[in-house]
Amino acid sequence: MSLNLERSSKWMEGSGPQADIVISSRIRLARNLKGMPFPNLMNEAQEVKVIRQVSQAIRAPGVFQAVGELKLQTLRELSPVERQILVEKHLISPDLAEGKGEKAVVLRDDEAISIMVNEEDHLRLQCLLPALMLHEAWRLADAADDALENELDFAFDQERGYLTACPTNVGTGLRASTMLHLPALVLTKQAGQVLTALTKVGVTVRGLYGEGTEAQGNIFQVSNQITLGRSEEEIINNLSAVTVRLADQEREARELLRKQNRWQLEDRVGRAYGVLTNARVLSSQEALQLLSDVRLGVEMKILRGIDQRLINQLMVRIQPAYLQFTAGKEMTPFERDVRRAAMVREFLAG
Amino acid sequence: MLCERCQERPASVHVTRIINGDKTELYLCQECAREMQPQLNFSIPKFLAGLLDYDPGLEVKAPPAVERCRECGLSYEQFHQTGRLGCPDCYHYLAARLDPLIRRIQGSSQHRGKVPRRAGGNLRVRREIEKLRAQLQRLVEQEEFEKAAQVRDRIRDLENRLGEQGVGQ
Repeated sequence: MSLNLERSSKWMEGSGPQADIVISSRIRLARNLKGMPFPNLMNEAQEVKVIRQVSQAIRAPGVFQAVGELKLQTLRELSPVERQILVEKHLISPDLAEGKGEKAVVLRDDEAISIMVNEEDHLRLQCLLPALMLHEAWRLADAADDALENELDFAFDQERGYLTACPTNVGTGLRASTMLHLPALVLTKQAGQVLTALTKVGVTVRGLYGEGTEAQGNIFQVSNQITLGRSEEEIINNLSAVTVRLADQEREARELLRKQNRWQLEDRVGRAYGVLTNARVLSSQEALQLLSDVRLGVEMKILRGIDQRLINQLMVRIQPAYLQFTAGKEMTPFERDVRRAAMVREFLAG
Repeated sequence: MLCERCQERPASVHVTRIINGDKTELYLCQECAREMQPQLNFSIPKFLAGLLDYDPGLEVKAPPAVERCRECGLSYEQFHQTGRLGCPDCYHYLAARLDPLIRRIQGSSQHRGKVPRRAGGNLRVRREIEKLRAQLQRLVEQEEFEKAAQVRDRIRDLENRLGEQGVGQ
């Protein structure tokens, strides 16, 4: 398969419900094959067997009818930089990219569907859509899951549901998450308080790149904690409600800023735009922070003529692997900072 | 002072590492410090698996019955170390110690979500019966007896189907 790493993913579109705050929605289903050890105990022959079975399953007519054409790519055939780009686009996990052994990723052309093969579980099916579209993402994942189940024997237990390598995923195997841009909550110092409160309603908060990462560029990921004892609809309804509530809270904080600190706010946005369009050296941390300010300006209509889609694309394009890939060579951190600044200038000059 | 690792950005993080008694000190920039972070790996599954240790009540109760999965050979101790099970059958063979842990981290032990068409067995039918029973209850309360009778017949059909399958197995 010819992997088009430079294409834009569906989630970057920047339009849909709550798109002024919610960047993307994700549904992930963990599935395992019956009669096969989980990936952490598999030998190479078993890994290859799982990949072959998945490869056959995605070519079944039923799967094509349900969700369209899916293509499988083994990770062995990708360079470290190419793997890293898939991480930067949120299509695979760092674990899959770095892990040893036979692994693969299945992608649909618009990258709204991806399946990690031989990560922690045999299959990790993911649907990633822009804005707050958890229900749409669930319908897509559910359809793909049904179609795949016709071809593959999934490990399922009547009491415990879908069986997974880690008991934190057992049951539905469902992790639903949304990615939110919450700069005003951070600026008004409410973020910590608000996000801590979420743990009381069964929701976990993480940084941009998942488990253990910090919230760069004021972007937070919220997801359900519990996977067993509730139906998929209940889990998704709960997370949707929490996301809407968070977005409302952020909107209130934005309006407060507009009322009480209008000049400081517009100044901040304007300066960020000024630096991004003129800087010659940009670290990724600085770029993400400034992009957050510009994004806020766009979302609050302080800055006009910039598309949110452009900012989503930039967020990925300024990442280390993507920069090196488009440059066609490996670069030192400083070379990357120079190239990053050039890329941002060119993109925003549009 | 410049970062000692990349020699390019100003150092803003002071890292002290002690490996086998040898102490090294490094002055790093934010980015290099982050890249060197993985040593401080916090694993959620491992943390959760560790939770079982801190309940004296459970340790006393945990029956030593089957401590190894008969399918893949994984012991509960191995699971305890990695936080990962070995195969789907571990859930069955290690149930005595695993089920209390699942109840604790999930707050429940009964799956209420999706049932796969092929692997789900008669669970789909049982779910349907449960739903119809609730419906029957409502109809009786609303004194819609004609409709209630229809629902009752459907429940009987489904129950017969379950019964036949039971004999067949």
